[in-house]
Amino acid sequence: MKKALVIVAAATLLAACGERVQTMGAAVKPGSAAFNGTGKAFVDPGWKQGDKTSWESHLRARGDNSQNEYSRVN
Amino acid sequence: MARMKFVCDAERCIECNGCVTACKNENEVPWGVNRRRVVTLNDGVPGEKSISVACMHCSDAPCMAVCPVNCFYRTDEGVVLHDKDICIGCGYCSYACPFGAPQFPSQGTFGVRGKMDKCTFCAGGPEANGSQAEFEKYGRNRLAEGKLPACAEMCSTKALLAGDGDMVADIFRNRVVKRGKGAEVWGWGTAYGSRQAGQPAGAKS
Repeated sequence: MKKALVIVAAATLLAACGERVQTMGAAVKPGSAAFNGTGKAFVDPGWKQGDKTSWESHLRARGDNSQNEYSRVN
Repeated sequence: MARMKFVCDAERCIECNGCVTACKNENEVPWGVNRRRVVTLNDGVPGEKSISVACMHCSDAPCMAVCPVNCFYRTDEGVVLHDKDICIGCGYCSYACPFGAPQFPSQGTFGVRGKMDKCTFCAGGPEANGSQAEFEKYGRNRLAEGKLPACAEMCSTKALLAGDGDMVADIFRNRVVKRGKGAEVWGWGTAYGSRQAGQPAGAKS
């Protein structure tokens, strides 16, 4: 009887000591990679949507052609 | 591919604010928010220098480190993006960012601070590439269209360079070698106040 009372008392006293698990409500879901394209026709022509190598080389060429005067002039 | 990076050539920037306008127009940035700004050091003093500043898509981004809800993520190309559906608008990122990149629209009720908005390197957000939802929240996804950020492509003097870090570094290095100066004033040292080229002796940095 005494043992049962101790257990009940302990349970009552320690009831507030518990902590609910707090996990993040939502996790970031990164979108589709840029090389997958938009699936629309309104993109810069000259590369294949979904082809990473094609996208990378196209972007590099576009950047170099439009930003590097030395390669354009010489 | 290496990481996508911005570099601003302070020897070329003429403070025209074309990059700011291009960004506002391309992404339909909300009123009161400037994802990109042109900063001029020693304004009015002969030898003044200007640089165009936005999110630098840091390799070790402090905004990501301090965000209490982990709304940031980094793409395979090294572009730092965030999810506005998770952002709570606390503003920690704006205190952590050394470039003042995170911006907060103040159009809510009683001027309440809205969700954070910042430069996306014209790479949109977590929504489907090129979707209307993505455009309304983050602006245009030019990378998925095979284009570079509008600010750099619009820059009239090509002071602002954007793209693959290796390519951008090659272009800038070539310029510096040809003209024989300017490596020290492209942004970092100037932005942090070190007294380097372009700063008159005795000028406050």
